Amino acid sequence: MGAFFSGHLAAARSAARRLAASPLNTLLSLVVIGAALALPAAGWLTLDNVQRFAGKVSGAQQISLFLTPGGGEKEAAEIETRLAGLSPGKWRFVAREEALKRLRETEGMADVAAGLTRNPLPDAFIVEPGDVRPEALENLAEIFRSWPAVAHVQLDSAWSRRLDVFLRLARLAVGIFAGLFAGMLVAVTFNTIRLQILARAAEIEVSRLFGATDAFIRRPFLYFGALQGALGGLFALSLIAGAGWSLAGPAGELLLLYGTDFVPRGPSPAQAGALVGVGAALGWLGARISVSIHPRGFA
Amino acid sequence: MISASAVTKRYPQGIEALKDLSFEIGDGELVFITGHSGAGKSTLFHLLAAIEKPTSGSIVVDGQNLAALRRGAIPYLRRKLGLIFQDQKLLFDRSVLDNVLLPLSIAGLPPREAMRRAHAALDKVGLLDRERAWPIALSGGEQQRLAIARAVVNRPSLLLADEPTANLDRESAGQILDLFRSFHQVGVTLVIITHDPQWMTRGARMLRLARGRLVDA
Repeated sequence: MGAFFSGHLAAARSAARRLAASPLNTLLSLVVIGAALALPAAGWLTLDNVQRFAGKVSGAQQISLFLTPGGGEKEAAEIETRLAGLSPGKWRFVAREEALKRLRETEGMADVAAGLTRNPLPDAFIVEPGDVRPEALENLAEIFRSWPAVAHVQLDSAWSRRLDVFLRLARLAVGIFAGLFAGMLVAVTFNTIRLQILARAAEIEVSRLFGATDAFIRRPFLYFGALQGALGGLFALSLIAGAGWSLAGPAGELLLLYGTDFVPRGPSPAQAGALVGVGAALGWLGARISVSIHPRGFA
Repeated sequence: MISASAVTKRYPQGIEALKDLSFEIGDGELVFITGHSGAGKSTLFHLLAAIEKPTSGSIVVDGQNLAALRRGAIPYLRRKLGLIFQDQKLLFDRSVLDNVLLPLSIAGLPPREAMRRAHAALDKVGLLDRERAWPIALSGGEQQRLAIARAVVNRPSLLLADEPTANLDRESAGQILDLFRSFHQVGVTLVIITHDPQWMTRGARMLRLARGRLVDA
């Protein structure tokens, strides 16, 4: 077991040494791999933020339940109980007094609100469903409409559908590009390893003559591919962080114009780890294909 | 240790390099295989080192029939052999020490033990003080001694050498043969392929090849 681990450790060290031995080549490979990983990853992040932003600004992924005017705390409590039983996602209660206060604070509505002799607004619940597919939202709205004490249910289903179709289309496009870029990453690693195998033909031949197994020959190349891919993933993260940092100012100004406190999200630690892991896996795959084809001819 | 029975090696172009060869080499023997250029010496070396397979017949080395050996089993057999090549096959982008460490890292020895054995092998061939040197900086005789150190570092019971004194001056060739004698004295089986029978030593056996056949055993 000790020999097994020391063999892997030696192969990993050898791969790291070879990466460090030719810094310019390594840097150029990392730029290509980093860009290939960063573009689809940035696409996914952008779509995720668009979805969250659209939901927040337009209310397309919110359902508003307006209670019967004149209803009291008892009706509100019953709806609260029903929501708790249904668990559709998150919800909050907006009392009619709070709604009027918001109306007064809304630009251009202060005069209208001041002219009211009484508060005409009903109590309401704002539901943010967990499942935001259009059909799920409509089903949920239908259930809410059947509840007593609910006077009106508001869901902009047309906008919700348009957004959903747009996001699906955009995700598909990003997925296609991700596939193409993944293929590119595998091809880059394949070629890098092919050149290394040719450069190390003598070492491979001598190693075979002294009892090296196929696994022993392949191991440093596989580590090289995985390590290069993982470093490419880290480079991609730095590209995304750099792009996010440079776009933060203009994006903030744009969001202010929409009057929202929306904060765009960067990659989470799990997503960042996944990006590095995908880079390593694709690098390993490119190396695996290359070593399966090339070293057979030696000795 | 080695048993060859009716071994024939025929290449695709129809060239018959070895014909119906049979011989036995016992444990601890020192055997010289001689013959003129084209006699089939190097082909026999390749068969004994499991680099090539015979077209027919069987070669049993250390209890394993090389003609029927699976591809996956060859590396493990080679770890039991010490191979010395006519062109030495040194790695010129690695130091003297790293060349000797290669078979040990392949065998999976712990680094400390590997280093101890590599130093002992270099000491045996008189190259301990050149461990940091690059092979290109060594003389022809020193390069051959380095190849021997690499071949014996795994403590093989069978040492196969293909023309180990070719291209060496008389003094260097003498040093190499002294080394081989010292390995023979501690019980290592030695098969030395040479075109020059003048290096035959006392107590050694000679197998002479001519046109792929054994003519004198």
